[in-house]
Amino acid sequence: MALLHTVNKTPFERNSLESCIRLAIKGSSILLTEDGVYGAITGTAKSDLVANAMGDISIFVLGPDLDARGISKDKLIDGIKVVDYDGFVDLVAEHKATQAWL
Amino acid sequence: MSDEGGTIKKFMYVNRKAPYGTIYALESLEVVLIGAAFDQDVSLAFVDDGVFQLAKGQDTKGIGMKNFSPTYNALGDYDVNKIYVEKESLDARGLTIDDLLPLKYEDEDDDWAEKDSIHVVSSAEMAELLDQQDVVFSF
Repeated sequence: MALLHTVNKTPFERNSLESCIRLAIKGSSILLTEDGVYGAITGTAKSDLVANAMGDISIFVLGPDLDARGISKDKLIDGIKVVDYDGFVDLVAEHKATQAWL
Repeated sequence: MSDEGGTIKKFMYVNRKAPYGTIYALESLEVVLIGAAFDQDVSLAFVDDGVFQLAKGQDTKGIGMKNFSPTYNALGDYDVNKIYVEKESLDARGLTIDDLLPLKYEDEDDDWAEKDSIHVVSSAEMAELLDQQDVVFSF
């Protein structure tokens, strides 16, 4: 499988998520972790960027990081899948390599 | 507020970082609580990702970090009851005041009536508030 991209920075003060989406090929996956999970919220200045990428790219978000920040599942952009730490490991194992957008 | 310790200055703490991803939010809160002992005219500003610090429903069990958000509820007891949140920052993040902690304080000048500490203000109003300060702490 293609690359797994991880983004751990908030999209509102860093361009990590934008660069990741720009440079991720069709069929790859993005996992949002830590402050990266803010990119999964619907109705924000960045949610169109994420929603538009979702046809070509699978987007995942780490549940414990959502919970820590008080983001409930019903505030996520449609189609984003929530994973736990085991799911994180599975994603890493399923992809040929991981690119971390720090 | 007594001024026996000297002149009272207007102190504003400006918070611009999300919680947990960096240490700024927790450090700011600690400095605010320490500073509250000095009887100054204190206010807090939350702009940019700083507004995420006040999100309600934070549960950090899964990430092994201390959930410091309940501590914001104690600010009113330390006479820190002017908390300004920029509306434009909330809007850009899909948030409204209903998503924030319902921070309250008891107003000693109004028979201890319980009042809201959080005020949502526009960018222009926030700019005015910043301009009125004697001391600004940036986090």
